[in-house]
Amino acid sequence: MPLVRLDAEDDSDGWRAAARALALAEIPPDRISWQVGDAPADLFADAPGPLPPPVAGAQFGVPRRFVDLAESVILHSDPQRFSLLYAMLMRLRREPGLIGDEADPLLRRLEDLAKSVRRDIHKMRAFLRFREAPDDDGEPRFIAWFEPEHHILRANAGFFVRRFATMRWSILTPRGSLHWDGDTVLEGPPASREDAPEGDPIEAVWKTYYGSTFNPARLKIDMMTKEMPRKYWKNMPETALVPGLIAAAQRRESQMIATAHAAPPVHANAAKALEALREEGAHCTRCPLWKPATQTVFGEGPADARLMFVGEQPGDQEDLAGHPFVGPAGQLFDRALAEAGVDRAAAYVTNAVKHFKFERRGKRRIHERPNAGEITACRWWIDQERQIVKPALTVALGATAAHSLLGKAVTLSKLRGAPIALPDGSEGWVTVHPSFLLRLPDEARRAEEYAAFVTDLRRIGERVAALA
Amino acid sequence: MAQLDVREKLEILADAAKYDASCASSGTAKRSSAGQKDGIGSTEGMGICHAYAPDGRCISLLKILLTNSCIFDCHYCINRKSSNVRRARFTAKEVVDLTLAFYRRNYIEGLFLSSGIIRSSDYTMEQIVEVARSLREDHGFRGYIHLKTIPDADPLLLEAAGRHADRLSINIELPTVAGLARLAPEKDSTRIEGAMGALKSSIEDGRDAVKRYRSAPSFAPAGQSTQMIVGADAATDRDIVGRAASLYDRHQLRRVYYSAFSPIPDASTVLPLKRPPLMREHRLYQSDWMMRFYGYRPQEIAAAADPASGMLPLDIDPKLAWALRFRESFPVDVNRAPREALLRVPGLGVKAVDAILATRRWRRLRLEDVARLTRGIAKLRPFLIAADWRPVALADSADPLPQAAAPREQLELFAA
Ligand code: SF4
Repeated sequence: MPLVRLDAEDDSDGWRAAARALALAEIPPDRISWQVGDAPADLFADAPGPLPPPVAGAQFGVPRRFVDLAESVILHSDPQRFSLLYAMLMRLRREPGLIGDEADPLLRRLEDLAKSVRRDIHKMRAFLRFREAPDDDGEPRFIAWFEPEHHILRANAGFFVRRFATMRWSILTPRGSLHWDGDTVLEGPPASREDAPEGDPIEAVWKTYYGSTFNPARLKIDMMTKEMPRKYWKNMPETALVPGLIAAAQRRESQMIATAHAAPPVHANAAKALEALREEGAHCTRCPLWKPATQTVFGEGPADARLMFVGEQPGDQEDLAGHPFVGPAGQLFDRALAEAGVDRAAAYVTNAVKHFKFERRGKRRIHERPNAGEITACRWWIDQERQIVKPALTVALGATAAHSLLGKAVTLSKLRGAPIALPDGSEGWVTVHPSFLLRLPDEARRAEEYAAFVTDLRRIGERVAALA
Repeated sequence: MAQLDVREKLEILADAAKYDASCASSGTAKRSSAGQKDGIGSTEGMGICHAYAPDGRCISLLKILLTNSCIFDCHYCINRKSSNVRRARFTAKEVVDLTLAFYRRNYIEGLFLSSGIIRSSDYTMEQIVEVARSLREDHGFRGYIHLKTIPDADPLLLEAAGRHADRLSINIELPTVAGLARLAPEKDSTRIEGAMGALKSSIEDGRDAVKRYRSAPSFAPAGQSTQMIVGADAATDRDIVGRAASLYDRHQLRRVYYSAFSPIPDASTVLPLKRPPLMREHRLYQSDWMMRFYGYRPQEIAAAADPASGMLPLDIDPKLAWALRFRESFPVDVNRAPREALLRVPGLGVKAVDAILATRRWRRLRLEDVARLTRGIAKLRPFLIAADWRPVALADSADPLPQAAAPREQLELFAA
């Protein structure tokens, strides 16, 4: 079995010359043993001998892409790379076009090797850290310790020369070292970590930057470790901060939110905020309902209301007037509130959906129920209103309002009559919508339901007083 | 005010800059310091991320503010006048020294400099330009410089900024005009877009000049970009995609960055206080990608959104959402379909499509061939026809969501 000895792990010229001679002599891939330097040879291999003599007049062309691919693959640390490349070469001699068969398993394997080499080259450019130390003549030299995964050191030298041409630097790795004096790159033997300087005063400043530049509200640890795998961490000064930053992040974020929630309500500001929100809402096109409707009907009431009522959506009269709860249902609502002893003027009254949805029948516009998409679209507004007003208690009138408040369709009868804990820490209640009462044809039933409604409102009023 | 040392200032002024999403450093002219007597740095087209922060974002530039003092009072901004944060201000020299010290140690690719507005727009812009000028002229710095410009600064200052910087940006801030009016009453969307338009022509002129005279100074060779905040105003995904598309079109932007609005310390009452909608931001980046690399038109992305709410689904990516809404376009035959049709198959990227087209010249592809060219075949199967595979027509399939990804954790941000 012919044994080929290459000068170095990244000796692509050597591989190329040998592969060319062997291929011309038609030596099949499985008969060759590749070896670097004087590493122990394969047990069954011949002693390294001369390569087959050149074949006179032989033509040998390979596609450019293969040459490039081979150059990368040679740098990989997989000992099989030489023979895999040679196997590909032999196939391409017969059919050079096969280099375009992207789905070919051998080509894919080689591409994968090349890809991890390219990645390693890139990571070295990214994660290598220089430390400044005085040179023999007292001038500064920048020295880095890096542990590449593949044999990329020499191939990567050009990058550092182009970037740091006017600095003196050294890159030390377990596979060899490079030294630049401003003119030439000198190669040196493998180094160990102790050969590199310990620290650099700027490192503390850099760590300050690293710690301050990240946003604790956006923790995405998987993303970080995918792009900056842990194996590189030990030689990057800033990564020592990571565990602490992560631990502190959740705390910092909830603090931010808590301080903001606990901030004493600045009523002047809240009223202004509501006003601005109403102004913005007038131009809402979040869902198609804005088109046929006359105008946005926004919520109304004191910006510091302790109690908020959420209805379904404006009706025909509200749409024309631009105010919530002014039609027949609104009048009924007012009456019920008065009977229950709840001060309507102190409550903030709004709707889950801010535009009138209807179907035209002749001259009349018949109310139509908003669908889930519309409720979701309009939730943005009600959420903002609730965040500004921060009511202690929010009452959803009817199923649509309950859907909006709780974020999902629910059965009213199951939830009615008891407080519901809302995510922001305040309380929610549900009851029927006053227009439900108007639609009941049966007189007795209507009276009964009306009484139940008033009872709900009374309990709600008492509850608000208790919460105060 | 007591003198703050550079490290303390850095802490304040890097912290204040972290809400800006743009940090990329790619796509500029090639430069090198090889063979030079002095100066430092190089750019090679592709920017390098030198570290990653626990928020998953890449650190490629020293991203800081010159100062976090500001005469404006934008509600979404932590540096607004009425905010109760510690203030600091760098001198131009301090920024220059920091940039060089970090660059020499291979921590960064260059500088991203932005600033609160102090005294006047012109005064602030002058200071920003001075940092870039000093880096380039006094120190021969050949690394990357991105300057955030101030829309109503003197055009001569913008001109100077463009001569020194690789990239310029002007933030559009909020996707809707109504949102901008509410949250940044002192900013004006017409003026912002006017400034972008002016930058566009300067960039084009610069490019022409460089083509004609080799010695012509280049103007922002990496183009201009912008950022909009997502989740602070009432814009839907449909609105945002439409706005982004028109910005790309009109001002030839290189990138539109989306920044999910984060709760900020000392927030204004006018703002939502929830966790940032990160998944929504991610979906917007995916849809941006679809427009820039896959040939989707903005209306098509809009069609992938929910018709009533105008929002893209959060549990599946927009390409899959589009495919599920337009089932009649599938399955696509890998051995016959044109490039554009293949690009629409959910899960097939540009690279895989090019590889499929190349392989097709040699032989017919089987499913296992496609599998070797992509990350996973399971997601693709319902959308593809291969030599040995023909799925049930999607249009007939009763299954509403083939392979819908399991909802991610972030989804709960959007639930009740
Ligand atoms: S119904 Fe609500 S979401 Fe739809 S357009 Fe009107 S205000 Fe906007």
